[in-house]
Amino acid sequence: MRQTEICIIGGGPAGLTAALKAANLGASVTVIDRNDYLGGQLIKQTHRFFGSKQQRASERGINIAKELAEAVHNHDKITVFTGATVLGYYKDGVITVEHNEKLITIKPAKAIVATGGAEKNLLFPNNDLPGIYGAGAVQTLVNVYGVKPGKRVLMVGAGNIGVIVSYQLLQAGIEVVAIIEAAPKIGAYWVHASKVVRAGVPIYTKHTIKRAWGEKEVAGATIVQLDDNWQPVPGTEMDLDVDVICLSVGLSPLTELLWQAGCEMKFVPELGGHVPIRNQQLETTVAGVYVAGDVGGIEEASAAMMEGALAGLNAAKALGYDAPDFKEQQADVIKELTGLRSGPVGEKILHGMAKVVR
Amino acid sequence: MRINEHPILNFEKGSKVKFYYNGQALEGYEGETIAAALHANGVRTMRESIHLHRPRGLFCNIGNCSSCLMVVDGKPNVRVCVEKLRAGMYVETQKGKGELK
Amino acid sequence: MLAQNGIPTPKDIAQVMPNADRLAKGPVAMAECFQNIPCDPCYHSCKRQAIQPFKDINERPQIDHQKCNGCGLCLMRCPGLAIFIIDETYSEQQALVKLPYEYLPLPGVGEVVAAVNRAGEIVGEAKVVKVQSGQNLDGTSVVWLAVPKDLSMEVRHFKIKGVR
Repeated sequence: MRQTEICIIGGGPAGLTAALKAANLGASVTVIDRNDYLGGQLIKQTHRFFGSKQQRASERGINIAKELAEAVHNHDKITVFTGATVLGYYKDGVITVEHNEKLITIKPAKAIVATGGAEKNLLFPNNDLPGIYGAGAVQTLVNVYGVKPGKRVLMVGAGNIGVIVSYQLLQAGIEVVAIIEAAPKIGAYWVHASKVVRAGVPIYTKHTIKRAWGEKEVAGATIVQLDDNWQPVPGTEMDLDVDVICLSVGLSPLTELLWQAGCEMKFVPELGGHVPIRNQQLETTVAGVYVAGDVGGIEEASAAMMEGALAGLNAAKALGYDAPDFKEQQADVIKELTGLRSGPVGEKILHGMAKVVR
Repeated sequence: MRINEHPILNFEKGSKVKFYYNGQALEGYEGETIAAALHANGVRTMRESIHLHRPRGLFCNIGNCSSCLMVVDGKPNVRVCVEKLRAGMYVETQKGKGELK
Repeated sequence: MLAQNGIPTPKDIAQVMPNADRLAKGPVAMAECFQNIPCDPCYHSCKRQAIQPFKDINERPQIDHQKCNGCGLCLMRCPGLAIFIIDETYSEQQALVKLPYEYLPLPGVGEVVAAVNRAGEIVGEAKVVKVQSGQNLDGTSVVWLAVPKDLSMEVRHFKIKGVR
């Protein structure tokens, strides 16, 4: 059995930031990630980030991923296991991990769960045909491996992910036929929307996909307009000649380990599904188990990094580690996080948080 | 289909290798996922659904959803979205639940 | 409407447009940023303090067009690619529109391209005057388009003929 002071599950923006903050205070940290690289979904974010200067605004996600991963790999207080899948969290606080087809057991003093989220699916006839992907899946194919999913794409969902991935498809030389959105308003930041619209991609709000066509693979899609009660308007169907359909209809937190650990959970639609009850320190109802990033509520990478920083600081502090400027560091992170959520787009998150933060 | 030029990214590729898809020889790059190599060759179907035998492809592409299970070198239920390509791999469409030999 | 189709209305544009006097004096920045989102690199990038300090990260950029000299630093830093430089003094008949561009291929200097408006529609022709790119721009090139003067407030994108 391996011992470590803080075990961080998930090496994405939240997990890596948590690791650095905790290790800088002096804690010994183990980071586990099932991929064979660190960075999580940051490694395919080619666009420039929003946020403040401190949150690396205007830098591309791919570069942030590289920097964070390098810092974590080079830190002598941090041990990294990549290609390692956490299998279970047991009552006595033992974490089991599959690594290179061998079982490892780890007993940490504190755990930070930063497992992120998973893309949701949507119900419509033929939604299981090859050629229908999560938007993030296509983003991985295109931006990590340089491979096209097809020639002509219908994007379902005009939130930030749908619109940003559409833009990235255009950059890769792939045609995006349309972006449709069931809601009456575009959910993405409008600047992202304007960027794809001027490049020739129409966005149809109050539209949904009625069905996909094709025998063995996607060969087309029918979209339809929705009325104010979200019901299809007869006669407004439109057939689109596409061979790829991307679904960008939200994410749900990947919370299996938290359920196993016995954390008290609550269904909060604003945060994407079931999320753990936590205190201001981001500690769940199971003492010593912290959360950071999308697993605690779907948000975005800048907020995930700030939450990671907070969880890392708090977990290390709870182990007795300290720094002369600890209070300042903590206050700084909280200030940044509050800033991120203080505008109109943060309202939904704050509503959700109010239901789970005790 | 591969992306030849990109305004932001440079794609670093491993060495070119030959692999087999249902007996047919294809080319891919070592270190990319099997799913990426198949897509680059225009193959988007990975398995058959268990009951209705409908074609299934990639959905999440990050190892979550198990939509892309294939038989790789005789081993069933391999998530080809995360399994890396190696020279000479034998990749087959999975039908049914798969059996360990 | 911007929230419905991603296209800013003439009313939206009027809010952020420099006045005629200022436009007559030379290059000036125009921030087509119409939503309060947590983002502030434009303000940090301005060396002349022409973009007023943000009290809150969710504020929208307020450009003091009198202080702005159209240098373009904010254009290069805006993650939303929403800042443009307009120079109506370029020539008798033409104005310059400098816009961020993150696609390949890049146009050649002197090339005539299709001038595209905010809705993605071709509205005329433009001539490429200069293309700024390079490592410090990290993938975001700045393309200088000469357009007929009456299109300086219309053209915000372009299409290379026969490409996209």
